[in-house]
Amino acid sequence: MSILVIAEHDNASLKPATLNVLAAAQAIGGDIDVLVAGADCAGAAEAAAAAAGVAKVIKADNAAYAHQLAENVALLIAEVGKGYSHILAPATTNGKNIMPRAAALLDTQAISDIIAVESADTFKRPIYAGNVIATIQSSDSIKVITVRTTAFDGVAAEGGSASVESIDTATDAGISTFVGEELAKSDRPELTAASIVISGGRGMQNGENFEMLYKVADKLGAAVGASRAAVDAGYVPNDLQVGQTGKIVAPDLYVAVGISGAIQHLAGMKDSKVIVAINKDEEAPIFQVADYGLVADLFTAVPELEQAL
Amino acid sequence: MSLKILVAVKRVVDYNVKVRPLADGSGVDIANAKMSINPFCEIAVEEAVRLKEKGVASEVIAVSIGPKQSQEQIRTALALGADRGILVETDDALQPLAIAKCLKALVEKESPDLVIMGKQSIDGDNNQTGQMLGALTSMGQGTFASEVDVNDGKVKVTREVDGGLQTVELNLPAIVTTDLRLNEPRYASLPNIMKAKKKPLDTTTPADLGVDSAASVQTLKVELPAERSAGVMVADVAELVDKLKNEAKVI
Ligand SMILES: Cc1cc2nc3c(=O)[nH]c(=O)nc-3n(C[C@H](O)[C@H](O)[C@H](O)COP(=O)(O)OP(=O)(O)OC[C@H]3O[C@@H](n4cnc5c(N)ncnc54)[C@H](O)[C@@H]3O)c2cc1C
Ligand SMILES: Nc1ncnc2c1ncn2[C@@H]1O[C@H](COP(=O)(O)O)[C@@H](O)[C@H]1O
Repeated sequence: MSILVIAEHDNASLKPATLNVLAAAQAIGGDIDVLVAGADCAGAAEAAAAAAGVAKVIKADNAAYAHQLAENVALLIAEVGKGYSHILAPATTNGKNIMPRAAALLDTQAISDIIAVESADTFKRPIYAGNVIATIQSSDSIKVITVRTTAFDGVAAEGGSASVESIDTATDAGISTFVGEELAKSDRPELTAASIVISGGRGMQNGENFEMLYKVADKLGAAVGASRAAVDAGYVPNDLQVGQTGKIVAPDLYVAVGISGAIQHLAGMKDSKVIVAINKDEEAPIFQVADYGLVADLFTAVPELEQAL
Repeated sequence: MSLKILVAVKRVVDYNVKVRPLADGSGVDIANAKMSINPFCEIAVEEAVRLKEKGVASEVIAVSIGPKQSQEQIRTALALGADRGILVETDDALQPLAIAKCLKALVEKESPDLVIMGKQSIDGDNNQTGQMLGALTSMGQGTFASEVDVNDGKVKVTREVDGGLQTVELNLPAIVTTDLRLNEPRYASLPNIMKAKKKPLDTTTPADLGVDSAASVQTLKVELPAERSAGVMVADVAELVDKLKNEAKVI
């Protein structure tokens, strides 16, 4: 078995999601190489070489990969990945964008969002918003997989000493260009990596009221998330959405405030270790997954909580 | 400009239905479940129809691949404003790669300028088909779109990504997959539902399109996720904080 892990990075550094994928690769077993495709990505490649259990880092440093355009990176993955039995990437928006395209180039059926490795060809993955878990087996000779990062504890970021090999393959499909980006800036921890998350829903009523959650978050060192309803209503930006079609989180503590607990929301947070729900409606389905439920008006409970911390 | 737009719509179990595994774990029990158009596909149809209403597009074709009953979802798309439909009829549960191959064959036949699809089907949660069609047709892909702007033979797509928003520009023909914030689909009016019944709907099959339906990924078992153990209700914030500190030890 030989596994190619596609690094998630910002050119300068490696994103922790890569360490979770390396853990999934170790569960499959075999030699593990990491592909770092980027522009001026030496920093990310060095970080990948230091991660535990990596045999070799392949660095493709080219302007065509600067913004991870799927049209270009998928061509590279299909080219480099040909000799491997497995190609793995995190189920981030970047991994989801690139991997199915690479899989189709290799004429294999991609496997999305695995949460467990049963054997080298058998995996578990949630379907129907996590209402059921499917065990699936692939007969493709190259298995192209995205990994749910919260389901695998990351390998150590330090201690490895892989070699870094540069390749000068430049696959520019010439059909897409990067125009720009608006990235959220926050001093709080990243939502999918935070050990505490406090999320607000439609019950928050507006964006200003999220200030109450930010105050609690800052006392706890927590990240702030939201339901789809809160994002749709414009209270907070899209990158805060937790759920089936947003981000998957599994912190030690998840606090849901003014969130009813629709199945699509639960899909993104029900693997949290401890769940707290604050809702004025005692019938709200969120209480069925909560370890601690508090029936209260959030406008009194949240300021009280902040005071009590 | 007058673009031809292909929209792919999937028949899925309605998002309000909580499905369960079959007793023998061989699959999901959907025998009596309410079926609907996949919500992301509805957003795709709405976007195509809006482009037509703005004069950017001239024709919207709705395609579905699935059992005969998928006609219902095509009729829904026609009632929302699509002009004609194509059903690729099959009782096999095709996987995204095979779906993408069917769509590729239709792209070759119809030569659309834009293909609009959902980002994800809410049954299989694959999030693959648009990207795969992109690879098979060498078209660019604007996935997870929250804004689509067609201009001068190009389409600018704003994408919802983990870090925020990213904008890319693609040569036409191109593929767009929809995210939740792209638009709010309209409700079909009764007269439009009636009109939709008379719009043309052609039927073909994967075999006619030269696509092999064989699946390389088999489902061995379907089961319920691990249950969470029952929680407790607390009386007030003070009790909550006490439990979090001393019982759960998470703060
Ligand atoms: C295709 C599709 C994908 C989806 N993907 C996602 C997803 O990824 N993530 C997601 O979250 N949703 C998703 N949804 C939406 C989901 O179905 C629900 O509509 C959404 O989660 C509801 O958000 P909410 O709980 O904030 O709002 P509501 O359901 O309106 O609940 C608001 C809650 O706030 C409580 N409340 C109100 N005022 C107060 C107060 N003063 N004090 C205390 N409590 C109060 C109410 O009792 C209520 O329970 C998706 C839906 C579809 C169709
Ligand atoms: N059987 C199908 N018929 C028509 N379109 C489909 C079908 N399966 C997937 N699609 C399209 O591909 C999108 C993504 O689906 P998926 O890759 O399965 O998550 C859907 O929103 C549809 O637009």
